[in-house]
Amino acid sequence: MSEHIDRIRDIAQRLLAEGRVDMIVGFRKGTLPMMNEPCFIKTPTAVDQLVWDSHCGINLANYLVDRSETIGVIAKGCDSRNIVTHIIENKVDRDKIVIIGVPCHGMVDKRKIQSLADAEIEAVAEQKDQLVVTAGGNEMTVPKKDVLQENCRVCIHRNPVIYDELAGERTEEQSDVDRYADVHEIEALSPDEKWHFFEDLLAPCIRCYACRNACPLCYCPTCFVDESRPQWVGKGQDPTDVRTFHFLRAFHCAGRCTDCGACERACPVGINMRVFTKKLEKDCFEQYGWEAGLTLDERPPLDTYRLEDPQDFIK
Amino acid sequence: MTHMGIEPDRMHFSWISSAEATKFVVVAKEVTEKVRALGPNKHFIKTEARGAQHV
Repeated sequence: MSEHIDRIRDIAQRLLAEGRVDMIVGFRKGTLPMMNEPCFIKTPTAVDQLVWDSHCGINLANYLVDRSETIGVIAKGCDSRNIVTHIIENKVDRDKIVIIGVPCHGMVDKRKIQSLADAEIEAVAEQKDQLVVTAGGNEMTVPKKDVLQENCRVCIHRNPVIYDELAGERTEEQSDVDRYADVHEIEALSPDEKWHFFEDLLAPCIRCYACRNACPLCYCPTCFVDESRPQWVGKGQDPTDVRTFHFLRAFHCAGRCTDCGACERACPVGINMRVFTKKLEKDCFEQYGWEAGLTLDERPPLDTYRLEDPQDFIK
Repeated sequence: MTHMGIEPDRMHFSWISSAEATKFVVVAKEVTEKVRALGPNKHFIKTEARGAQHV
């Protein structure tokens, strides 16, 4: 997918030179391998800083809210769905953004790659579907599909759903994936097993809120965990409070989450908190036929009422 | 809630009009019976409170 970068730079340069946007939100190379960082490009001469490869997992929709500039934003499938969500939630004005869509082939999980290497990874280069990983002076080749982020592995919306410019040919969508295998596994457990599953899952959580900060949906001026009057949830490491934080945050994302994987990617201790949002995503899909961020013309299930809404749980 | 491991019988949702006294009685009885059968709640009790329970 690195072949897209020339088109991205061309488009970014044109938009800036013509004055159609005040800045471009994209990625530049980070200081560590596999860690591209978001950047704001404001002059046409600076577009060479932009990069595009398999380490652009951060969701750039996060950088569009509460800005006064007209912004050109580079968007993968999931970013574009989060931009749609921002627009229908009135957080972003469609006229103030220019979307540079990039068909995506999935982003890689740095933890999966690191686990294959004996030493610290020094560099990762891309050759079509292969990654050349340099660690401890040795090179090895890894097929990219083996080290994809879990959400990318089961993604069925790789092409941007909304865009003004497209920086590459549309890619074929995956159709042979079981998107909810992990949720089904949890659903099959007994109540007690479920409780312990989440207890173990959340045990390493240090409440750093990196998942919340990386999430484009979490734009509340004051998050419920930071409120102190009233204090909705304890601020310590008590497992009850940790669990309350994670579950409540997931509920706030119900019908809005696009499974972009930003939360899981940002987690410093490697908790897969996508299992929470994924369950709600599945429920929204099965009960309301809803997938977040696919259209500007429909309201999300939680702010509409329909007579046929399922209500079997009410006796 | 049941997905996170709360026993299904502990969760009840009902819509009862102020004119439906009999339904209220039926539902209240059913809820009490089911919850009693499960015994005291073990979840969502903070560590401090858990300690106090044993005193």
